[in-house]
Amino acid sequence: MGFPLMVRAVRLSLDAVDRRLEEAAGTLGAGNINVFLVIILPLIAPGIVAGMVLSFVRSLGEFGATITFVSNIPGETRTLPLAIYTLAQTPGGDLRALRLTIVAIILSMLALLASEILARQIGRRLSGD
Amino acid sequence: MLEVDIEYRLTALDLDIHFRTGRGLTALFGRSGAGKTSIINTIAGLVRPERARIVIDGSVLTDTDRGIFTPTHRRRVGYVFQEGRLFPHLTVRQNLLFGRWFAPDRGSPAVHLGDVVDLLGIGPLLNRRPGRLSGGEKQRVAIGRALLASPRVLLMDEPLASLDGRLKDEILPYLERLRDEAGVPIVYVSHSVAEAARLATTIVLISDGQVRAVGPVQQVMGRAELYPLAGRFEAGAVLAALVAAHDTRWSLTELAGSFGSLLVPRLDVPIGTALRLRIRARDVILAVSPPAGISALNVLTGRIEKLVPIEEGAVDVQLRVGNERLLARVTRRSGETLGLVPEREVFAVIKTVAIDRRSLSRWGSAAGQSDMEVFDS
Repeated sequence: MGFPLMVRAVRLSLDAVDRRLEEAAGTLGAGNINVFLVIILPLIAPGIVAGMVLSFVRSLGEFGATITFVSNIPGETRTLPLAIYTLAQTPGGDLRALRLTIVAIILSMLALLASEILARQIGRRLSGD
Repeated sequence: MLEVDIEYRLTALDLDIHFRTGRGLTALFGRSGAGKTSIINTIAGLVRPERARIVIDGSVLTDTDRGIFTPTHRRRVGYVFQEGRLFPHLTVRQNLLFGRWFAPDRGSPAVHLGDVVDLLGIGPLLNRRPGRLSGGEKQRVAIGRALLASPRVLLMDEPLASLDGRLKDEILPYLERLRDEAGVPIVYVSHSVAEAARLATTIVLISDGQVRAVGPVQQVMGRAELYPLAGRFEAGAVLAALVAAHDTRWSLTELAGSFGSLLVPRLDVPIGTALRLRIRARDVILAVSPPAGISALNVLTGRIEKLVPIEEGAVDVQLRVGNERLLARVTRRSGETLGLVPEREVFAVIKTVAIDRRSLSRWGSAAGQSDMEVFDS
């Protein structure tokens, strides 16, 4: 379900790549595949990372698709949001549900932080400094 | 040998270009928007005109009539873009060696990294990234990168246009060395008459999508009637000279050539060095009798070949001096009162101090010049 987010992020970074670099690589003997592998891919890496993290964070909240298609089997298909839902439905499970909610928040914060650091590193590398 | 035939309809103009050129540096010279970049883009295979035929050393890269079109990456043409276009995510060394991965002679390259680094003076930059380089450094790396891909021809699209005067002066000597030492024919796009005069072995003058003249730099630059055609370029002839003597007492250097001898400000080059000398038309004074009692040190005797009227009441006078041509710009009034007409013998006075470092450069290899043909179209 997070796929559109991923596509969007990659798409944006693809648009930001200077097309003239492809011409330059072509005059140096690089064919289309090589241009993609050696020039385009490294240059859109920050976009790919950002897209992956967005998708991951989005998947933390995934509820509908999971329960619709694979249901809510403990230890097999019970994801974090399903577990929170189940606990919230169980009398006296509120406290445990709250604990899981905090876990979910920490996870997504960590993911965002990691992506930010990663993207900044790649960005610095790509800007040529 | 490079053969170029292009017919290309662009939105702003129609290109109809035909020329042949050989070794050394060929300057495609003309005003901005004359279609020069489209020509080298066609040679590189970056654009596909309606009709084109590009042949390098007998191998046909483009021939629309026979349906031949070699993709850019198989052409082995080096291209130095106006803005460098270095890969930002790679170090200078990786940028330089980029073409090496795809070159056919990867195992035993004809061009070595060390040689190119020395030629261009980029040793200290190897481990840096393009983002922190100055404009001149970037352009030198871009030249090195193109060279190291072992190209059959090196295309350069106004590589100095984005640099200021000081950086230009910094790179010009490297371009001269490239022309004389790298052994790769260069096609160099320029709208600067000074650059073309200094670097070119052969000049292809382009105006309104047409080739107006092709020939050795001396011959094309010495033709007064070409300047109005190509735009408001500063007219000036190019002369070939040898360093004959140094005069340490007065800090002068004597140059000799078929024109006679000229004194210029002292040069730090050995006697016997071949130089090219650009003398701007407006730095030359004409006299009809031998001038005496003047401060200018150089007086050359010549015969008027042609007078070409230009705007603002001025006229460019084309002289034959020895085997060379010299241009002088005088007012129409002076032309009338002195009676300057073709075949008349005149004296050209050139101030030594008008010839500065920028008007002098190494001649470079003159190989194949004599069999170059000059033509008008």
